[in-house]
Order: sequence, then C-alpha cells, then structure tokens
Amino acid sequence: MRSQANPRLMLMILSAVFAFLYIPISVLFALSFNEGGLPTAWTGFSTKWYGELFANQEIMGAALNTLIVAVVSTILATILGTLLAIGVELRRRKGRFLETIIFAPMIIPDIVLAIALLSFFSLLNVTMGLHTVIVSHVVFNLAFVCSVVRARLKTFDWSIVEASADLGASTPMTLWRVVLPVMLPAVIAGSLLAFTLSVDEFIIAFFTAGAGRASITLPMQIFAMIRFGVTPEINALATIVMTLSVIALALSQRLNRGGLPGQ
Amino acid sequence: MTDRKSFYLMTPALAWLTGLMVIPCLLILALAFFRRGTYGGIEYTFTLENIGLVFDPLYASIFLKSASIAGLSALIAVIVGYAAAYAIAAAPAKRQPILLFFAVLPFWSNYLVRTYAWIVLLNREGLIASIVHSLGYEGELPRMLYTESAVVIGLVYNYLPFVILACYAPLSRLNPEIAEASRDLGGSGWTTFRRVTLPMTAPGIATGFVFVFVLSIGNFVTPALLGGGQFQMIGNLVYAQFLTANDWPFGAALSMFLIAIMMGLLTLQTFATERASGARQEDT
Repeated sequence: MRSQANPRLMLMILSAVFAFLYIPISVLFALSFNEGGLPTAWTGFSTKWYGELFANQEIMGAALNTLIVAVVSTILATILGTLLAIGVELRRRKGRFLETIIFAPMIIPDIVLAIALLSFFSLLNVTMGLHTVIVSHVVFNLAFVCSVVRARLKTFDWSIVEASADLGASTPMTLWRVVLPVMLPAVIAGSLLAFTLSVDEFIIAFFTAGAGRASITLPMQIFAMIRFGVTPEINALATIVMTLSVIALALSQRLNRGGLPGQ
Repeated sequence: MTDRKSFYLMTPALAWLTGLMVIPCLLILALAFFRRGTYGGIEYTFTLENIGLVFDPLYASIFLKSASIAGLSALIAVIVGYAAAYAIAAAPAKRQPILLFFAVLPFWSNYLVRTYAWIVLLNREGLIASIVHSLGYEGELPRMLYTESAVVIGLVYNYLPFVILACYAPLSRLNPEIAEASRDLGGSGWTTFRRVTLPMTAPGIATGFVFVFVLSIGNFVTPALLGGGQFQMIGNLVYAQFLTANDWPFGAALSMFLIAIMMGLLTLQTFATERASGARQEDT
C-alpha cells in the first residue's frame, strides 16, 4: 500500500500482535498434553486428560446438549436466513427499517437480548430448557446466515431466474433448482458460521436454559468449571472446542471465498 | 409481483425476529417503567423510579468505573489494532488475506476459553509467575490476576481482532497516490500520516472504539472471571438484578441505559463519518 512504511517496523508490529493473540491459546494447547496438568512444570507428554475428559459424565452430557442446540438452531436459522436473504435482495425498494431489524441481532449486546428473552419467556410462563435456548439462538444465527448469503447474492445473475420462469418453472421450482445450487456454497458457509457461534454462545444460553443440570450447555459447564475450581481436564476441553471452531471456520472461509462476515 | 414473492420469503424470518427480538426488547422497555413487587416480581403500576435509580449517586461510581475500564480497553485495543491493521495493509497484497484471516481467527473461538487462558498466564502459580521464578527471581510478585489490569487485558485480548478488521477496511482502500502527493508537497512521513492517512481512516477507528467500548461496558463474564468479582461493570449489575437481587424493573432500566449508550455512540459515529466524507467531497 504505502512505500514509505518501514518494513522492519511493520514486521515487529505484526510479530508482537500475533504473539499476543496466539501465545495464550498455544499455552492451553500445550498444557492439555502435560502429564502433571499444571502450568508450573512440564512433567511429560500425556493424553490422560483427554481420557479423563471423555470419562466425565457431566461434561459429556453438556457436550451432547450443545450439539443438540447447535444442530437444531443451525438448521432452522439456515432455512429462515436463506429465505430472508433471497427475499431482501429480490425487493426493489430497500427500507432502512428492514435493514435495521435484520442487522440488530448482530450488534445488540448479548446481555440485553438474554434478559429480554428471559423476561419474555417467564411472562408467558414458558418452561425453559434446551428448546428455549434453541429458539433464542436462531435469532442471531439467522442474521449471520442472512448476511453471508446476501453477500453472495450481490453478484448473482438474476436473469437466469427470468430464464427459468420463461421456461415454465414455478417459483418454488426455480428457487430449488436454479437459485439454491448457485447459492449452496454461501448457504453452507453461513450455516457453518452459525454452528460455530451456537456452540460457543454462553450468555444467552445461560439466561434462557432455565434451572437445573438437564439443560446445561458446554459453555455453561466451562464457566462453572473456571469459576468453581479449575481441573486440568478443562485444558483438554478448551483445546477440542477451539480446534473444532477453527476447522468449521476455515471450511466456511474456503467455501465462501469472500472472507469472513464484516470483511 | 416480485415484491409479493419477496414478502413471502421474508415473512418466516421477520416473524421470528419480531416474536423473539423486537417484542422481548419492547417488553424490557416497558418493564423499566413498572414498580418492583414487595417479594420480587413486578407490580403493574407506572413509575419513573427505576430510571431515577439508574442516575442515583450510589451507582454513579460503578458507572464511572465501568466506563473508565471500558474506555481504557477500547483505547488500547484501537492503538494496537490500528498498528496491526496498518502493518497488514502494508504487506504484499498476496499475503494480506492470510494475515487478516489469522488476525481474526481467535475472535471466532470460544470467548470463555480465551479468557480462561489469561487465568493460566496471570495466576499466582501461573505461567508468567513460574517463568519469572525460574529466571531466579525469589521475591513475591505483585498480584496480577483479579485486578483491574487483568480485566483490561482480557477485554483487549478478546476484542482486538474486531478492531483490526474495522481498521483494515479503510486502510486497504486508501489510495497510495494521495500519500505520495502529500510527500511530493513536502510533508514528512509523520505529517503525511497525521494529516492524511489518519483522518481518512478515522471511520474504522471510530467503529472499533465504539464496539469495544459497548461490548466491554456490558460485559459480565470478563470482570467475573479475571476481576474475581471485585469489579462491577454495568453488565454485572444487570446480571445481578435478574439472577440474584430479583429486581427486574431496575435491571430492565439498566439495560435500556446500555442500549441508549450504544445508540448514542453509533449515531455520533455515523454523524462524524458522514461529515468527514462530506468534507472530503468538498475538497475535491
């Protein structure tokens, strides 16, 4: 970009920032394979903490709950978000109000949405559990799916839709056989992103899961573990959670080619 | 015709957002004007007490504290993030996407895990302490975890990728010829940066600052984990009203205040950006 930028200074800045970003994560990664489990001393390579992790019924239960929440909310959000994206791009008039409603779930502070949903559910006397976490996660997930799909639709050639209609296809048929195949990479990218967000989401789940252990999710379990006595298993858990997010995100990025949302 | 089809396509999602975002948020807005029941719960009589309580001197110190922590975090994140974005934008064009990808990657991993990593580093028996001791230092180290600085570090760490992203966008669009022109006219490197590059990329800086500030001031996880529960942010206060103190109307009023801060800052930012771009158009 700029020729006057001092290359050595730039390299120093980049090294420092990437060290700051990646050292803490790498420490957890290394620690999860430390026999002793403590950061004070390296006592040898071991995968025993992973064994302990998978033997821990509480953690496995929470992991299963998270999987249920993430899968169901991602499916719902993908359907709703994709339809919304196509609908918005199809419209000739762009309304500022509409844009605000679609954009809001991405910028509203989690805590505000969390307490709003908690009050809403309790006022309606809805029993809270995994189902309330699922429907709440769909709120922000559909907005993210919509934004990824819309980015792809900006370069979509709408004349093939007209061609399809001229050839006698009905609207649902055109959507299914013409629009969706072109959109598919973006739809999958969006759903992978939604899945990652849902797996990692803590605050909204914390407020809308209701009382009791039955509906505890993985992030809620991690929060409890950090707060009330850290056990070395958490390093193994952190490593797995982090690796999964990175894989999902790298896949999403590859499919989408356009880059991460916001980019 | 197209508009009707588009309406059908949008309806399910818009219904979902209306039912589970717009209405609950309006409910919170309404809740802020009701009275708290004697035994928790809500009494449906109109009152302005909760709004008044938000501005009570009792809570002023918490607001000031959380505003100063959030402001400091946002400031540090913007300085470091802008430098990083500048360095990425100065790299060969081929390498920029991959650098940006790795700068943003941590942002999409688990927030709790990223915060927990700092407990491991800053703990009294943590990594930093053991490194310092292994280097031969025998004395007692100052407390690092459960301090205000730990909270600031945690917030900067968690939101830095966002700032890098926000600052990179305008930096990468910058036309190099403008900086060149400034230098041809005799501006030094620093003058060019201060008078040309910085003003033209200010919208990215503003976006980064506003988001870090708002997300920090409403945060309750980082103060709870890295501050050891000694520091209350507005987020912790909201949390307490709903989960322990059982004063929902006051909690609702607090979260409305949070939204008001965010909207105020975003409006200010939009206004400033529009003025800046307007001024630029007049210049040409």
